[in-house]
Amino acid sequence: MQGSALAAAVAQTGLVQAAPPDPDAARDALTGSFSIVINSAPHQMTVDTRVTLLDLLRERLMLTGTKKGCDHGQCGACTVLVNGRRVLSCLSLAVMHDGDHVTTVEGLAEGHGPDAKLHPMQAAFLEHDGFQCGYCTPGQICSAVGMLDEWRNGAPSLVTDDLSAHPELSPAELHERMSGNICRCSAYPNIAEAILAVSREGA
Amino acid sequence: MLERSPKPVVEKPTLHESAALHVTGTATYIDDLPEPRGTLHLAPGLTRIAHGRLVSMDLSAVRAAPGVITVLTAADIPGQNDTSPIGAHDEPLFVTDSITSEGQILFVVAAETRAQARAAVRRAVVETETLDPILDIDTAREARAPCAVPGRTMTRGDAEAAIAAAPRRLSGRIVMGGQEHFYLEGQAALALPGEGPEMIVWSSTQHPTETQAMVAHLLDVPANTITASVRRMGGGFGGKETQANQTACLAALVAHHTRRPARLRLDRDDDMVMTGKRHDFAIDYTVGFDDDGKIHGVDMLLACRCGWSADLSGPVIDRALTHADNAYFYPAVRLRSLPLRTNTVSNTAFRGFGVPQGALAAERVIEEIAFATGLDPNTVRLRNVYENGQLTPYHMTVEDSITAAILTDLARRCGYDTRKAALRASNAKAAEEGRVLRRGIAMTPVKFGISFTATHYNQAGALVHVYTDGSVQINHGGTEMGQGLHTKMMQVAARVFGLPQSDIRLTATTTDKVPNTSATAASSGADLNGMAVLDAATKIRDRIRDFAAERYNADPGTIRFHNSEIHMETGQGTLVESFAAVVRQAYLARVSLSSSGFYKTPEISWDPATGRGHPFYYFAYGAACAEIVIDTLTGEYRIDRVDILHDAGLSLNPEIDRGQIEGGFVQGAGWLTMEELVWDKKGALRTHAPSTYKIPTAFDMPRVFNVALLEDVPNRKATIFRSKAVGEPPFALAACVLFALSDAVASLDDHRTCPRLDAPATPETVLACIERLRAGKSATGHGTKIEVPATDADPVRDPVG
Ligand code: FES
Ligand code: FES
Repeated sequence: MQGSALAAAVAQTGLVQAAPPDPDAARDALTGSFSIVINSAPHQMTVDTRVTLLDLLRERLMLTGTKKGCDHGQCGACTVLVNGRRVLSCLSLAVMHDGDHVTTVEGLAEGHGPDAKLHPMQAAFLEHDGFQCGYCTPGQICSAVGMLDEWRNGAPSLVTDDLSAHPELSPAELHERMSGNICRCSAYPNIAEAILAVSREGA
Repeated sequence: MLERSPKPVVEKPTLHESAALHVTGTATYIDDLPEPRGTLHLAPGLTRIAHGRLVSMDLSAVRAAPGVITVLTAADIPGQNDTSPIGAHDEPLFVTDSITSEGQILFVVAAETRAQARAAVRRAVVETETLDPILDIDTAREARAPCAVPGRTMTRGDAEAAIAAAPRRLSGRIVMGGQEHFYLEGQAALALPGEGPEMIVWSSTQHPTETQAMVAHLLDVPANTITASVRRMGGGFGGKETQANQTACLAALVAHHTRRPARLRLDRDDDMVMTGKRHDFAIDYTVGFDDDGKIHGVDMLLACRCGWSADLSGPVIDRALTHADNAYFYPAVRLRSLPLRTNTVSNTAFRGFGVPQGALAAERVIEEIAFATGLDPNTVRLRNVYENGQLTPYHMTVEDSITAAILTDLARRCGYDTRKAALRASNAKAAEEGRVLRRGIAMTPVKFGISFTATHYNQAGALVHVYTDGSVQINHGGTEMGQGLHTKMMQVAARVFGLPQSDIRLTATTTDKVPNTSATAASSGADLNGMAVLDAATKIRDRIRDFAAERYNADPGTIRFHNSEIHMETGQGTLVESFAAVVRQAYLARVSLSSSGFYKTPEISWDPATGRGHPFYYFAYGAACAEIVIDTLTGEYRIDRVDILHDAGLSLNPEIDRGQIEGGFVQGAGWLTMEELVWDKKGALRTHAPSTYKIPTAFDMPRVFNVALLEDVPNRKATIFRSKAVGEPPFALAACVLFALSDAVASLDDHRTCPRLDAPATPETVLACIERLRAGKSATGHGTKIEVPATDADPVRDPVG
């Protein structure tokens, strides 16, 4: 390229020079033991304290229904329910959940196999085609279940005007409350229809 | 809930083929596959400078890191270090000497765990020489940098003369940004070594055949040893047409050397830094026109940023050129392209493939003429839309134009004229009362050419088996990324055999079932593969029919496949047998119950050298109208209402098509409004995660969203059941959002000045445009440029190389 200044630079050596003591050497000291109930099944686990709840589910327990979209708490694909409240499992360390009850998308239905009875939210997503590629779907469903609970309990959102009244689930309320779950396919209209249908049933 | 128009009940909507799996979390994507014994986990080491030279690389500390099994570089490639999809040989998998972008691959680490692989990457000691990078369109033009692919010119008539002779003329520039795909499932691959040179590569790819070919070249083995397979993707949008190859090749290379399964799912930040995006464009236009708003001649120069390699830039820019007319007839025209090579990610396919960019320039020209003449933009549109028999800039005769009808129908349905008058009045009142909100409305059409411009890509294969219990398995060359292709293919087979969808099983797209396939792209998935499935299924059905005619002594002309039964007229009256029973008899009589199918699109041709031909089998049409409100103090805005009327021919599945229209539109609106890619001065992408790169959420949906399919307008061409392709065209409809914003901004000086609002029209850009208009300055036609200082430490990404 003409006119470009040739600047010799030693890049990245700093990484090695300033490397902290090898974290892997102390690995054993970094494990933690805890008990956790996942989809009604109790587990006694010992894991590296740095393992996220998401990786615990996907890599250790083979519960791959919960997806990893960004691993930074910004897309909502990894949403699960912890003691009934929605949590981004990629932002939560597994060892923090000693004694917690975790429900993933695999645990929402009652029973297993062909006789399983879908959770009303799953049935509504099915009925209203609340997905295109399906990758955000488990997170959307878990988030919607948690969101409706919050709403039924009268929790206000950013767009709630009257903090003392029970908010109506208006389009703005619904969309604001679900805005942490990105759907790149933009299946939002059908997702909203599904959630709204469930909100009416249970109201 | 969103307000939506009632759904048309054309036929009972067919359930998404994986619906039950999706809602229970049991639909598997690549990274969900059960891990085979001994699987290794990979992490790539990436370049961190945008331009320079690799001086030395010391990987000894990486190799010595805990859990590391191997570290591979270019020296370990048995075949070709080349992933150029078009044979340009300008896209090495690993850097060997010159570094031409941030995010290029230096080496790959394979370790027992993912954490170990990623930790080991950081131990590399990499020495580089830095050169000044060429990062954007302006710098590339100034530097007269070589083009990534040759530029092209399309002409019809003498544009210069026509413009000079026209009563009025004007010139300007529209700038539009790129776009990150942000497929929610990142790039992922799992390679499993087999006997001898055999290998299976599960890859989240839109183009398994190309992935197969890339891996074969890389490993220097024949294609018949490599199988590439994908059941579904968690979104693709063009971002996995060629960009999946790197990830698949890394996994394959490790599997080849270690003889162990190798798995790689790119970290999201790495994914965004490594993979190509939508091409950003700066388009200069000159138009000659008259006081009636009629265009006499158009001259455009379409400059775009290709990034560090050719990739698919050639065909993308060809599509931008062929759609720089959008739906309008240019009596004389010259369109030139300037595909610039830069030190940024190699831009690639993205839903629309250049069409939205070209069409946006056409719409800007219409807007300019409207401001210049004082006519309503819609009047200008209607005066210039194609009439049948007119020639496009590439000398193809338009035979199916329905733009005028769609525009008129939509304007009527959504009350465009009355609403526009009301908005103008409310803006005037707001101005009087000193309030800050202003409203705008705009309507834009789209005319989208369907077919690959590369003629040989317009072929497809399928494989259909009927088993002796009457169940059917189908396979075809297309891939599923959420667009509902597999569901549509099952519908085709179900219709041929008269079976319910539940009796049809569709299996993963794989190169050992249907070979030599085209990428699932260009919206052509259903058109091409649907005909191939139809061909295969019909062959088997005809064999069963002939057998039944003979066995039951029936008149073949009367035999119908319906309701899982076969109905036939015999000498003894009507006979009804179950499909399964007849199939069983046919098997015993040694009738073949398996067939491949094939299809190639007729009538198309394209000469890239002259830029002329008949590159499209037909056009898909549509129109959209957006109403927005902006806050003139902050530049923030909201989409209040969108109305869409879209042409899907005789839709194969109205529910799926409606989803494609809504999804495409919103993705297009994201591109034009909030999605902004920012590179700093050193060429580091600073928007490499959803924290900094904002895509539409549920909250960004139009408050009212009415989507209607054009009814009872079959495709004039003999496509699958007379349907039309629908994946991409709605994306380009989102142009109306930009022009609605522009309409609201223009109200600030009484619609005297064309605001020349560029994209993405982020609140900052809108505010700058508002201030420009208020200051009475003529528009520059350039978007606000954010200068981002380069920093040495990036807090998020593992910085390597
Ligand atoms: S993966 Fe957890 S929020 Fe994206
Ligand atoms: S369905 Fe694809 S991301 Fe939501």
